[in-house]
Amino acid sequence: MSARGGIIPYPIARQPWGMLIPLFLLVAFGAAVLYSAAGGSMDPYASSHLVRFGVFLVMASVIASLPRELVRLLTYPAYAIVLALLLLVEIIGQVNGGSQRWLNLGFMVLQPSEIMKPVIVVTLALFYSSLPVGLITGWRALLIPAALIGLPVSFVLLQPDLGTSLAILFGGAVVMLLAGLPLKWFIGGGLAAAAVAPVVFFFGLQDYQQRRILTMFDPEADPQGDGYHIIQSQIAIGSGGIFGKGFNNGSQSHLQYLPEPHTDFVFATMAEEWGLIGGLFVLGVFAVIMRWGLSVARASKDRFASLLAGGMTATIFFYVAVNLLMVMGFAPVVGIPLPFMSHGGSSMLTNMICIGALMMVNRWNRNAPRGGLSSQ
Amino acid sequence: MGIFNRRKTGFKTTAVVNASTLRNTFDRRAIVIGGLQGGIGILLAARMGYLAIAENEKYRLESESNRVNLTLIPPRRGWILDRNGAPLASNRADFRVDVIPERLADADATIDQIGNLLDLEADRIADLKTEVAAARGFAPVEVASGLDYEQFAALSVRLPDMQGVIPQRGFSRFYPTASSVGHLIGYVGPASSEEYDEAPDPLLLTPGYKIGKDGLEKQFEQDLRGVPGARRVEVTAGGRIVRDLETRDDIQGDPVRLTIDGPLQDYAARRIGLESGSVVVMDCETGDLLCMASMPSFDPNSFSDGIGSVEYAMLREDPRVPLRNKVLKGLYPPGSTVKPMHCMAFLKAGISPDEAITCGGGRRIGNRFFNCWSNHGRVDMAKAIYQSCDSYFYHFAQQIGFDAVAEMARTCGMGEEFPLPVMSQFYGTVPTPDWKFNKFGREWQPFDTVNASIGQGYYLASPLQLAVTSARLATGRHVMPRLTLDTPPKGFNQVDFPADHVSYVRQAMSDVVNGPGTAGRGRLPFEDIKMAGKTGTAQVVSLSVSDGRSGPWKYRDHGLFTFFAPTDKPKYAGAVVIEHGGGSGAAYPIARDVMTFLFDPAKGLEALRALEEQWGGTAQERLDRRYAAYAAERGATVQPTPRRDEEIFDRVEAEARLEAEQTQEEIGDAFVAPRENQTAAGTPPVDALTPVTERGAQQ
Repeated sequence: MSARGGIIPYPIARQPWGMLIPLFLLVAFGAAVLYSAAGGSMDPYASSHLVRFGVFLVMASVIASLPRELVRLLTYPAYAIVLALLLLVEIIGQVNGGSQRWLNLGFMVLQPSEIMKPVIVVTLALFYSSLPVGLITGWRALLIPAALIGLPVSFVLLQPDLGTSLAILFGGAVVMLLAGLPLKWFIGGGLAAAAVAPVVFFFGLQDYQQRRILTMFDPEADPQGDGYHIIQSQIAIGSGGIFGKGFNNGSQSHLQYLPEPHTDFVFATMAEEWGLIGGLFVLGVFAVIMRWGLSVARASKDRFASLLAGGMTATIFFYVAVNLLMVMGFAPVVGIPLPFMSHGGSSMLTNMICIGALMMVNRWNRNAPRGGLSSQ
Repeated sequence: MGIFNRRKTGFKTTAVVNASTLRNTFDRRAIVIGGLQGGIGILLAARMGYLAIAENEKYRLESESNRVNLTLIPPRRGWILDRNGAPLASNRADFRVDVIPERLADADATIDQIGNLLDLEADRIADLKTEVAAARGFAPVEVASGLDYEQFAALSVRLPDMQGVIPQRGFSRFYPTASSVGHLIGYVGPASSEEYDEAPDPLLLTPGYKIGKDGLEKQFEQDLRGVPGARRVEVTAGGRIVRDLETRDDIQGDPVRLTIDGPLQDYAARRIGLESGSVVVMDCETGDLLCMASMPSFDPNSFSDGIGSVEYAMLREDPRVPLRNKVLKGLYPPGSTVKPMHCMAFLKAGISPDEAITCGGGRRIGNRFFNCWSNHGRVDMAKAIYQSCDSYFYHFAQQIGFDAVAEMARTCGMGEEFPLPVMSQFYGTVPTPDWKFNKFGREWQPFDTVNASIGQGYYLASPLQLAVTSARLATGRHVMPRLTLDTPPKGFNQVDFPADHVSYVRQAMSDVVNGPGTAGRGRLPFEDIKMAGKTGTAQVVSLSVSDGRSGPWKYRDHGLFTFFAPTDKPKYAGAVVIEHGGGSGAAYPIARDVMTFLFDPAKGLEALRALEEQWGGTAQERLDRRYAAYAAERGATVQPTPRRDEEIFDRVEAEARLEAEQTQEEIGDAFVAPRENQTAAGTPPVDALTPVTERGAQQ
């Protein structure tokens, strides 16, 4: 980057190309997979995938250019608005007699629960950065964030959307962990969760959710029913081998054996045609993005910024990990798409907000490197 | 580790938390989180590597089996041909409908609907419902075959509403001579689940695919089967066919060429007429079995469509046991037909043919007088054969001992199981003192020798054995029968009897028909071709129960006749056995007409046509009519058919064995006085044609 500094204009050269170029490659690769999933056509998936990425990239650069003070100022109002939207969705759903997750704004369909994922991270980051240092081990450090997380999570659970509520919970929990809360609380919380899990499983989950979890342990029990998704996904990945069946040659996706080949199971679609090589490329790009995100978080000397960056990285990571664990048969089938590859506006929006926020912190770090790198 | 340190210090130094320690905590925990993320990344990479490399083979197969749908094209079954290449079993292109029980939403309703469309009979629909209910899920059940195009089209247009119903083009087995070859050829049917378990070939589950169930169809299954073709198509998950990948044609099964003479087989079967019996004809020069007719019989065409319960009930109730192959599994006391063979034993023992005895209406053996069927006066060997004098055989059998006679009988084929490609054959009994002691624990008595010397007592033989005996006597060679043209003729280099013995017996047997013998009406209607033979009348109950000619059908004597022709240079030999025919007079006219047909088909057919006019049509026509009448009368009340075809024939075979045993026990252990006029014959009484149950009701 610095080598280019002489020739390339500074506003371009200062961008984090080490992350952006792999990201562009990943999105382009995603478009290629979607092209194949549509049966060898740009429509309906690949073209809108690229257009959305373009639009949200612009949005991400706008976010990246936001000043720190403005962000701090807007954080709590944003949290309140999104929470209100969640409530609104719930009310509309009740009125219409059914569950609803989205709001039709006319020009786009908005899922407030998606927006909540980055918003909860910013909110908690702001909360902890403004909390006096000495209070971090006190009850306020736990209960107020717990309420901040608990409210949206319970609204989302009501929709019901287990995957998204877990994502919100995960993002919030990671911020809390990074904020330095005593570890015993996490251990205690983990134990409590483990104790409550069976109760939740039998009384809190819908039938279909219970089956999905059971199926994960034994997909062959009902290969035509509940186990179908996982089995077909593993067949797609396994049959791809090392080099794949070749572009546009995936029979599992093209002949509709693979469910949702363009959204949740896009990785299986990719792996069938590109094989292990394609899979390692995707994993590699995500590794680069995660590593960059964490390095941004650690490079920031500002508590708000580092918590923000760490939480955003965790949010992206949650998508990637749960989706990939699911398609490979290690997690139950929950509707969580793969960032930057799956077709779908909401997840692209969320993830690009995360990327934008990380770029923003990156910019803050560069503009005001308080304390420099010497503290390492 | 860092975390644990942190935790401990956290406990102790709650008060000294400051911005710097928080920064340290953040850095440490960020590294741990990064490490965990990396760990999950490595886990995912490893999992993917495992799926894509270690399990690649398995998943590639599964993906292929998703993508490619393989449909087997059942091979066309090989033909069964007669000695001149005419088909006894061939294939006919037709349309067929199957159902897959597992895919039927409402089995009964669907079957009713199909029944309506195809005009199936009510009992067929009832049979189908039972069959579908009992069927194993994935195995298709044939609903109807041999449909015409209109029916097929009517069904095809309604397919979208009928899940699990599969109409298709195919081939069905066709037996041109129908019931004439029923027992010999057998029939075909869908494989049972037991058969599938034995040889789990997916072909057996292919709709409409049939395997041999009985007779030669079963015996030559592997030759006839052929190699299935296959059609590979690419299908979507929804089952839509995307494209044809490959089609491989089937290879038709090999034909099996029999030694049977198709027209002769058909003629003989029809000539048996209303009687219950069998006709075997052999070629003396090759051992070829030209005809193995057993009547009454079943229609293999109709059996191949599935054995209907009405049809089965009708056949079961018929006292003439139409399901039994009497050529191989009918055992009868051979009666006087053994006499030429016993003479061979006497000749071998050194008794001069001119040595004579006096028949005084019987003869004293030991201290008891045994009746002959007539008073023959002075009897030498020739007269003993052509007049069938019993006294002569009582005397000489006693003189040389029955063991010597029995040995000759076995040389001639009695008690022998022949190496023929048949599912099962009974080999009967040649009684000897040892045999009797082993079987019944009783000593051999003089009356046993007397009984056995004229083919009564414990003696039991099958029509096939009688025919082989006849061929061996006629040629003097150890003729072995063969049923397929690709087995080499056997036994011709083994000379059983000296030429002078052979010519003496030949002449005496010729005199039975052409001289002063017992079968004068058996003469062939040719100047230059003469037939030789020997009559036999086998009593099934003692004289006190029945006179053998009138009264209940099942107490009547069996009529037997063994023969060969021409007399001077035997070309053909054979045997006719008519169950409860009332005497040999029921048997030898049939032999005469069959031999007439063999030498001059036109003349033979002429005789048959006149008879069939009296009887009311050919055997197949009568069977069809009988079935129609029976179904109309009692179609609703019949017992269901056993689920497995094998059970049907196992039961038939067991009954045949039991009947043979009973014959031995009923008349074996006492002297059976021969009747007068052994050649008497009558037409079968009415009760032979009415079902057993009805007769029981009348009595």
